[in-house]
Amino acid sequence: MTAITRKPENPTAHLTEADIEQIGVELDAIRQDIVDSRGASDAAYIRKVIDVQRKLELGSRAVLVASIFPPAWVLGTVGLSVAKILDNMEIGHNIMHGQWDWMRDPKIHSSTWEWDNATPSDAWKHSHNEVHHTYTNIVGKDNDLGYGIMRVDEDQRWHPMYLAQPLWNFVNACLFEYGIAAYDLELGRNLRVPKDKRSETFKRNLKGTLGKIRKQATKDYVVHPVLSIPTGSFLPTLAANATANVVRNLWTHSVIMCGHFPEGVETFEKKAIPEKETRGEWYLRQMLGSANISGSKAMHLMTGNLSHQIEHHLFPDLPSNRYAEIAPQVKALFAKYDLNYHEASLPAQVYSAWHKVVRLSLPNDFMATTTVKNLPSQLKTLYAMSTKGPKVRRAAQARLQQQARRLTTAA
Amino acid sequence: MTSVAFRDASTGTRPSWSHSLRRQVRRVAEAAVTPLDVDDVLDVFHPLRRGAPLRGRIVAVRPETADAATLEIKPGASWAGHVPGQYVRIGIDVDGVRHWRAYSLTHGPRADGLISITVKAVPDGHVSDYLVHHAAPGTTLHLEQAAGEFVLPDAGTAGKLLFVTAGSGITPVIGMLRNLYPSTDTGVLRPARSADLDIVVVHVAPSEPSSIFRADLQALDTAGAIRLVARYDDQHGVLDVADLDTLVPDLAERRTFACGPAGLLDALEAHHAEAGIDLFVEQFRTARVEAGAGGTVAFTQGGTTLEADGATPILDAAEEAGVLMPSGCRMGICMGCVLPLKEGSVRDLRNGQVTTAVPGETDPRGILIQTCVSAAAGACSIDH
Repeated sequence: MTAITRKPENPTAHLTEADIEQIGVELDAIRQDIVDSRGASDAAYIRKVIDVQRKLELGSRAVLVASIFPPAWVLGTVGLSVAKILDNMEIGHNIMHGQWDWMRDPKIHSSTWEWDNATPSDAWKHSHNEVHHTYTNIVGKDNDLGYGIMRVDEDQRWHPMYLAQPLWNFVNACLFEYGIAAYDLELGRNLRVPKDKRSETFKRNLKGTLGKIRKQATKDYVVHPVLSIPTGSFLPTLAANATANVVRNLWTHSVIMCGHFPEGVETFEKKAIPEKETRGEWYLRQMLGSANISGSKAMHLMTGNLSHQIEHHLFPDLPSNRYAEIAPQVKALFAKYDLNYHEASLPAQVYSAWHKVVRLSLPNDFMATTTVKNLPSQLKTLYAMSTKGPKVRRAAQARLQQQARRLTTAA
Repeated sequence: MTSVAFRDASTGTRPSWSHSLRRQVRRVAEAAVTPLDVDDVLDVFHPLRRGAPLRGRIVAVRPETADAATLEIKPGASWAGHVPGQYVRIGIDVDGVRHWRAYSLTHGPRADGLISITVKAVPDGHVSDYLVHHAAPGTTLHLEQAAGEFVLPDAGTAGKLLFVTAGSGITPVIGMLRNLYPSTDTGVLRPARSADLDIVVVHVAPSEPSSIFRADLQALDTAGAIRLVARYDDQHGVLDVADLDTLVPDLAERRTFACGPAGLLDALEAHHAEAGIDLFVEQFRTARVEAGAGGTVAFTQGGTTLEADGATPILDAAEEAGVLMPSGCRMGICMGCVLPLKEGSVRDLRNGQVTTAVPGETDPRGILIQTCVSAAAGACSIDH
C-alpha cells in the first residue's frame, strides 16, 4: 500500500469535482433519513444491550466466585470476556461517539459515559473522535494507523528494527487497552520532552490515566479475587479476569485492524488534502480509507458494528444499530461511482491485515520477490540489510525493486 | 471517603458497627463495579429504591375528557411528599428522547402513596399527547421532588377563599379541593378541619365537555363544599374580569388564588391591584413580552453560530438548528436549561429584563441564563 496519490493508477481519477460533491449530497440524504427516523425502538435497543451487558457481567463474576471448579471457570471467563467486549465495542465506543446523545438521557451520554478500559473516556474521545475521525488515514496525521510504533506504509523508510513488528504487534494486541492509553496520552512524544518541560495538560492526563488503570486493575486483580477467597478461588478468579482482559484486547485489536489495515485500503498524503476539504471530499476519503467485515448479526454486535466500519466512518454519530440498514444503500453508491467497497469475512480481513504487518516488517518488495528456490540468497540479502550500513541497504533495496519490476512485466 | 472513626456530635458515641460496616461494604462494592457506581448496578434491579435517583412508575392512566387523562404514579421510595397545589417535574421518554415537563399534582397526599397528575393534550404538544394517549401502565418515568409556592397558607385555612381557574389551571386547585374535601364512595366528605372554609370557584373553560374535573367540581358544589361558578366560553362568552364583582359579590373579603393563561392572570392582577385585594397566582405558560432585535448566537464549544430573532427562546432556536441542548420544563421554572452566557446580551422573555455579560467585567465563567425563556438581544455567545 502506498498513499493514493502516489499510486500508478489513482482509484478516484475517474471522478469529476461535481461527482464528488454529488456523492456528498447523496450521503447526506442517507444520513438525514436515519436522523429523522431515530426513535423509541433505537432507544430500547441500546438500553437492552446495556441491560444485558450488566447482567452478563454480574452473573459471570458471581459464577467466578466458585471458579475453583473448572466448569465455573470456563463459563465465567467466557461470560466476562463477552461482557467486556460488549462494554467496549457496542456500548462504550458508540456512546462516546455521541450516537445516543439525541436521547437526552444523561446516563447514556457521550459527556458522562465511562468504560471498562485503561484509557479514560475524555482522553479517548479526543484522540479517537477528534483526531482519528477527522484525519482518517492521512499519513503522519492519523496515528491510528500505527505510524508511531510500526511500519504500515511502503513510503515509510524500512529499518531493521521493523523486523520485530509482527511480534510487537502481537504484544500490543494482548495489552491493547494499555497501548491505547499510551497512544491517547501521546506518551512517546511526551516522554521525549524533558520532565520539567512537560505540559500541564500532559501531567493532568497522565494522572487521570494512571488513576483509571489503578481502579480497573484493583477491580480485576484484587477485589474480585479476594471476594472469591471463601471458595478457595483467589487464583482462578485472578486468572479468569486476566484471561478475559486479554481476550477482550485481542478481539478489539483484531476488529480495529480490520477497519483500516487490510490490503487495498487507501492512505492519503498530507499535502494532497486540500486546505479546506469539502464535505464530498471528506466523505470520499472516509469511503476509501475503511473496510468492512461481513458476517452475522452476532458478529456485528460483538464488533460494536465496526464491522460496518465504512458506514461508521461516514456517519460516526448515527446509532450503530442502523448501520446494517443503510449498508446496501452505501454499497450501491460505491457501485454507482465505481469505487471499491472493501468488504470481506473476519478471517480474511484479519489475515490480510497481519499479512501486511509481516510484509511491511520486511523491506519493500522482499516478499514479492522471495520464492522457496531463492530463499537462501534472499535471507542473505536481508541479513546484509539488517547488519550493514545504510549504503548496503539502499543498494539491496534497489535490487529488490528491480527484481519485482521484472517479475510484474514478465507476468 | 472519610474515616469511620468520628464521633456523633449529638450523642458523643461512636457510630454503630453496622453503620461503619455498611460503609465498608459500599467501598468494596464501588471498587468491584468501577467504572460504574453501585447505583448503576442497583438500578438494573430496583429503580424505585430509597436513595436512587428519583423515579416513578405509571400505575394507571384514566381518561378525564376526550383529550385529558389522569396518570397515577407510584413514586420512588425517596419521594418526600408534597402539599396540595404544588407541581412535580416529570421526565419522560417520547420517541426515545427524554423530555421534562411540570404538572400540578391533582391529589393531596394519598393513603396508597401514589401521586397523580392530570394532563390535557395541547395542540402540537408532543409530550402531553403522549401522556394522554400513549402512556402505558408500567412505564418508568423520572421525577423531581414536588415544588411550588401556590399552596394554601398553613394555619389560616379557615376563611373565605376564591379560586379563579381557566382550562388546565384547575389542576393545582383540584389538588387542594380534594385534600380539603375527600371524595369517597358515599360522596364528598366535609371533615372538621375544613368546616370553617367558605370557597367559591370561578372556573373558565372553552366548553362544558372539554372542561376537566367538571364532574368533581359539580359534586363538590352539590355537596355544599364549594360554590361553583362555571363559565363556558361557548355558553357565556369569554369571561370579562370586571364581571367578577357580580359573580362573586363578596370578592373583597376573599383571598384570591388564580391559575390559568397569562392573559387572564394579567387582567386579574390589574383588577385586584385597583381594588386593593390580595392575589396569589400560578402561571403555567410564560407571557412573552415584545422583545427587541435578536442577533447572532454563538455556541463556543460546539462551534455552531445561528441567527435568532428577539422573540424566540435561544433553546428553541438552537434546537431548530440541530444543536443538542440541555432542557427542562421550557417555562422558566426548573433551571434544567441553564447555560453560561459568556458575552453579549439576552432578554428574559417573561419580563423583558436584559442580562449582559462583558468579558473582563462580569464573572469569567459567564452568567448563567435560562435558555428556554431568554432570547438574543443582540449578538451573544454561550458556553455550550
